[in-house]
Amino acid sequence: MRAVLASEWTKIRSVRSTAVTLLLTLVLGSGLAYLFGRSFRGSAAVQREDFDPLFATFYSLTLGRLALVVFGVLVVSGEYSSGTIRASLMAMPRRGLFYAGKVLTGGLLALAVSLVTVAVTFPAAQAGLGPYGTSLGAEGALEAAVGACLDLTLLCVFVMGVAAMLRNSTLTLGVLLPVFFLGSQGLGNIPGLRAVTQYLPDQVGMVITHVAGPQDDPRWARDYGAWEGIALLGLWTAASLIGGYLILRRRDA
Amino acid sequence: MIDVRNLTKRYGDRTAVDGLSFTVSPGQVTGFLGPNGAGKSTTMRLMLDLDRPTAGEVRIEGVRYRRLPDPLRRVGAMFEAGGVHRGRTAYHHLLWLAQSNKIPRERVREVLDLVGLDRVAGKRAGVLSLGMGRRLGIAAALLGDPPVLLFDEPINGLDPEGILWIRNLLRGFAAEGRTVLVSSHVMSEMALTADHLIVIGRGRLLADTGMREFIEANAASYVHVRAAEPGRMRDVLAAAGIEVRSGPDGALEAHGVEAAKVGELAAASGLAVHEIGTRSASLEEAFMRLTGDAVEHRTGGPR
Repeated sequence: MRAVLASEWTKIRSVRSTAVTLLLTLVLGSGLAYLFGRSFRGSAAVQREDFDPLFATFYSLTLGRLALVVFGVLVVSGEYSSGTIRASLMAMPRRGLFYAGKVLTGGLLALAVSLVTVAVTFPAAQAGLGPYGTSLGAEGALEAAVGACLDLTLLCVFVMGVAAMLRNSTLTLGVLLPVFFLGSQGLGNIPGLRAVTQYLPDQVGMVITHVAGPQDDPRWARDYGAWEGIALLGLWTAASLIGGYLILRRRDA
Repeated sequence: MIDVRNLTKRYGDRTAVDGLSFTVSPGQVTGFLGPNGAGKSTTMRLMLDLDRPTAGEVRIEGVRYRRLPDPLRRVGAMFEAGGVHRGRTAYHHLLWLAQSNKIPRERVREVLDLVGLDRVAGKRAGVLSLGMGRRLGIAAALLGDPPVLLFDEPINGLDPEGILWIRNLLRGFAAEGRTVLVSSHVMSEMALTADHLIVIGRGRLLADTGMREFIEANAASYVHVRAAEPGRMRDVLAAAGIEVRSGPDGALEAHGVEAAKVGELAAASGLAVHEIGTRSASLEEAFMRLTGDAVEHRTGGPR
């Protein structure tokens, strides 16, 4: 397994797209957090009683994570678009081991980048919010920060499973990005559909990060709690990983 | 040593490989021939467990490929099409392969030197020329210094210099006692490289023979005759016990006989001869005849 991890790590670090997508995750997440904070500070929203500084803090990650999603897709789909998958399976014919090594390597890197992104995003958002900001010591803040790391990491791993099932980067991004945009920005606002869309993988991590809106307001309330949401994302991730494994094991390379 | 036993692969209702059995022995270059679409690449993928056989199996040194620990140390393979991420350097491509099979890092530099890519090791694979890409594929196959080597169409698209380089390389591997299997659809190149031939057509084994035997059996010379009265000419030759086949445009092909003898027979029967000479069937023709026949057998048409 160590050999597989070393090999997969070399693969990941030796292509430019890795650095680009991961850096973009950090820059988008923290940079937008600061800008959103600034614009909140100047708006009337901060005067409202139900203003939640944690919403303003973590909202930028819903965009920053798109770069992380692209990273997850490229780690897996890159094997198929370049034909490297054949060399990989020749070198590592035990497909389960190869797959586990790839997902673990990509997942650990995603976790590291998530930790850094959240660690930078939080103070960046507070700098933007100024007097309306909060601190990690505030109620729910640390939980939200931990949740944001888990949300980013699990989502990236979820995407790797999907990419392993679809085996094509264009197709995978074509399927995932609309889901990730429509779920939150589009379809999610249609009342009837929300009962369903709230369970989509990009949505379930939003309660813990306070991005889903105040949960005591029936307009925004979800049918699950903060950690239930993370558990649901865990289920999504497990399902996609199993699906990806079954496809990889069965299909001809 | 590669042992292919009753190997069959179907894609839907199309049979790509049909009950193939043969053995590839060490110490010689074995040419794996067949027209495009005959099932050569599929067979090689099945050997490496990249595809799952519908029936039968392949054993390499007695073991299924996926059971080989650190397989790159046992088998090296080069496929024609890509297999290298365009954005990764030649060095890093070989490095991840080496790491996956616990091959020491120094070996990467060694094989880069060996194939003459040391100066472009830091270049991204996407900018390498076709010939350099092929060399990178060969470097990857040699990484684990394996006793068994598979090459899928290694000379396709290469310039004469590159072809010569590969030919000498393959002959060298065989001389070292390795098992070398090389697929190609170009018969003339195989004649210069291979010691043994496996010929397949439509997924079936057509010939499993030494190169010299194949040439003697299929590329024997014959006497080409064009006569004023081909019908009578044929009868005269046949009466003398000579095997006659029809050539193009009414010409005759007399087999197993000297041109002089054919001329004397014609003169003795008072036949006018317009053209006579010794020809040798090219290996390419022999190959076409062999594989063309296989197609007819399968479709049930007349020979």
